[in-house]
Amino acid sequence: MNMKRYLKDARSDLLTYAGVIIAFIIISTLKSHGALNRSQSGLLVPICCYIVMAVSLNLTVGILGDLSLGHAGFMSVGAFSGVVTAMSLMNVIPSAPARLALAMLVGAVCAAIVGFLVGIPVLRLNGDYLAIVTLAFGEIIKELITCLIVGVDSEGLHVIFNVNGSKTANDLTLLDGGRIIIKGAQGATGTKTIATFSAGFVLIMITLVIVQNLIRSRHGRAIMAVRDNRIAADSVGIPVTKYKMMAFVTSASLAGAAGALFGLNYSNLAAAKFDFNTSILVLVFVVLGGLGNIWGSIIATVILYILPEALRGFANYRMLIYAIVLIVVMLTTNNPVLKNYIASLRSKFSKDSEKEASAS
Amino acid sequence: MKFLAYLVSGISLGSIYAIIALGYTMVYGIAKMLNFAHGDVIMVGGYISFLAATNLGLPVLLSVLVAMVFCTVLGIVIEGLAYRPLRSAPSLAVLITAIGVSYFLQNAALLIFGANPKAYTPVVSGTLKLFDGQLSISYVSIVTVICCIVIMLALTAFTGKTRMGKAMRACSEDKGAAQLMGINVNRTISLTFAIGSALAAVAGALLCSFSPTLMPTTGSMPGIKAFTAAVFGGIGSIPGAFIGGILLGVIEALGRAYISTQLSNSIVFAVLIIILLVRPAGLLGKRTQEKV
Amino acid sequence: MSDSKKRRPGLESVSPVVPVQTTYYVPERDVDKSPILQCINLGISFGGLKAVEDFNLTLGRTEIAGLIGPNGAGKTTIFNLLTKVYQPTHGTILLDGKDTANMSTAQVNRAGIARTFQNIRLFHNQTVADNVLIGLHNEMDYGMLGGILRLPGYWRAEKIARQRAMEYLALFHLDQHADELAGSLPYGAQRRLEIARALATNPSLLLLDEPAAGMNPSETAELMENIVKIRDTFHIAILLIEHDMSLVMNICEGIAVLNFGRLIAKGNADAIRNDPTVVEAYLGRKGAKES
Repeated sequence: MNMKRYLKDARSDLLTYAGVIIAFIIISTLKSHGALNRSQSGLLVPICCYIVMAVSLNLTVGILGDLSLGHAGFMSVGAFSGVVTAMSLMNVIPSAPARLALAMLVGAVCAAIVGFLVGIPVLRLNGDYLAIVTLAFGEIIKELITCLIVGVDSEGLHVIFNVNGSKTANDLTLLDGGRIIIKGAQGATGTKTIATFSAGFVLIMITLVIVQNLIRSRHGRAIMAVRDNRIAADSVGIPVTKYKMMAFVTSASLAGAAGALFGLNYSNLAAAKFDFNTSILVLVFVVLGGLGNIWGSIIATVILYILPEALRGFANYRMLIYAIVLIVVMLTTNNPVLKNYIASLRSKFSKDSEKEASAS
Repeated sequence: MKFLAYLVSGISLGSIYAIIALGYTMVYGIAKMLNFAHGDVIMVGGYISFLAATNLGLPVLLSVLVAMVFCTVLGIVIEGLAYRPLRSAPSLAVLITAIGVSYFLQNAALLIFGANPKAYTPVVSGTLKLFDGQLSISYVSIVTVICCIVIMLALTAFTGKTRMGKAMRACSEDKGAAQLMGINVNRTISLTFAIGSALAAVAGALLCSFSPTLMPTTGSMPGIKAFTAAVFGGIGSIPGAFIGGILLGVIEALGRAYISTQLSNSIVFAVLIIILLVRPAGLLGKRTQEKV
Repeated sequence: MSDSKKRRPGLESVSPVVPVQTTYYVPERDVDKSPILQCINLGISFGGLKAVEDFNLTLGRTEIAGLIGPNGAGKTTIFNLLTKVYQPTHGTILLDGKDTANMSTAQVNRAGIARTFQNIRLFHNQTVADNVLIGLHNEMDYGMLGGILRLPGYWRAEKIARQRAMEYLALFHLDQHADELAGSLPYGAQRRLEIARALATNPSLLLLDEPAAGMNPSETAELMENIVKIRDTFHIAILLIEHDMSLVMNICEGIAVLNFGRLIAKGNADAIRNDPTVVEAYLGRKGAKES
């Protein structure tokens, strides 16, 4: 019986959960003892958001095998719908954590809906064409949100779609005591920041449960079958489009939840933040962490997100160094000589552990 | 008359996209990679011609020529150092490397030239007045369109008629077979990058003449749009890149004028999506079906 | 049309003389039962080129049939039509009496046709066991939420599926390799795994595209036994494309001969051996005269 493989999978999943939990405990302890300075603790929530972004993008790029260059678009949808939710329910739900949870849920649902709509045309394409269309959708979402002016007062939500740039927040005609939530190109302003590191940790755990359990279910196997050989998957009765959509929408909704958390971490946030470069940033995390490797995505995100901050001492050179690191890492990890060496080490290692297992 | 003016500006903007897209399409056709650094080579070309003209006081034409030479060398170096070692690597690895190169060029430019925009002197100045001055067309526009057509025709002739051009087409079909036929694949790919980068330098000079602000990020968005144009026309196809570029420019100019300034990029991208849904391989692209 | 006639020697003599009733041949055992597959005037053209034309075939419920013909005759195209990789431009396919006209490849599979491919199409980066588990996809019934939350239904279905996967693998002597990557298996084992995966989808008709290609004689002999065993165990019909004539003549009860996209004969081995049109298709007209 192939239980051995089964246990191995379960063990690696558990190790991922354990790793995240241990990291959370260590960092929380450090934080409560004042060992982190302001700028360091300011990184915690964004790192959580980007971890969720990377793990969810890995579902599209690594597990489904479709290159998406517009993942930031879904984050954007989640961020602004989440901010609107949290800000407009400020008086209805006084508890900040509850509001945050609801905002993330709304962000996830909105991003899932947008993901579904985007997925209908996108998933009919292949390869680089698919990539360029996701890029296009990312930019479209960014520009559409730039046109949004949203405010809330005692009468409810007021929304203006500012197509030709002639309208301002005054056109919302808010009653006294009303609040402007999103101001067009300026984005969300005056947001009450309720995002917390603990919420980030919970979101990461939920994301991991969803993605890892999905991968080990019949649906996950179907998604990977579509990636490995679409025609063969078709021939064994797997509805290809359905599973592509399932992976794509799941990925989008997780990005939306991450976006909501991200949006509620800053008092001011412009839609331009979620541009093509952000999508690329997350893609770099995924590729360097290893396609389909969830734990790798987490590690790569943490290292690469901290790296530019750690390089602050180098001032203007830091992004240049980042670029060089990126290129050098890609060149060395894809060097055939090095690759063979690592593969031989790995097989040796696994043989040793097998021997141990059979000896015990 | 206003419409005509928008159309003309669209065509000349489109010609710039087309020149960039031609470079994109050639590199994609042969190396099968999205060279995200292509847009940044445009920016480098812009800076070099700017420096040659203002600091060295070279005449405009010569400054562009200097930029072309510089970018050609740059293109060959980038290909040799960053892309060649990844010839057999997965395409995503190459993509990330290209992104790394793009970051590198942008940040190197930021260090060398600073973040402040430079005011670029257009390669030609003045405008042509038509219909009693109701329609004015800048000479830059005219030069741009002419350049674009000449480049397109020259590339078509080059790939169709010359030995090197045929070698390029052979490499784009099947590198292994081309190698067996005695074609030096590495040299051919280098040559493609050289041509693409030289075109990027021309595009850089024209782009900066068109909208005379030069920054380290100048090349990014035109680069992405030119890639869109190449996909639009059917990537790998030279006339496709030309038509795609022109169409994109016209759609952008008209959309900006008549629909929304804020959504001008969205309109372009929406048209791209619709075209790809109707013709999944672009306007002139050939659709290859997997054999079962 | 006249052009294609010039390029295709022998075509003019083929079409009019086909005795239509031969396409209805099924083994005696299946005669009284309704056929599992009926193709009626099936055809497809690619940009004016008629790759398959007026293809009529009836398969018995438990028949092992061979589809043979010269290279380029359209054999694999027939498989692609049956599994809807290509949509037929005309004609009807009745699977167990049901018209498959509007079905997709995946739907046809769920309706009961499974296949293997000439150029093996496994999920190379997944384990041997997972390949079969993917074949068992539609045999499991838990939903996405059940899978993510790991509800009891998930564990139950996964356990049963894993056991069945191992049974299928054991049938093809692949059970020791269950945890290896499919891509690392030797060629012959990959072909066997592909058959196991197809069988896991619980088909009533199995299409095998050159199952013996690249196998040595002892592997081929084992494959022949296996094919008969599959039919006897699962009581399904098998249609196979094969160039190895000893395999076809030995195990196929009905043999269909395809030439230039048309069925020129169907019958048992003896009938096919002695059919002048078949001999002509393989050897050319001259050969037919000499023999």
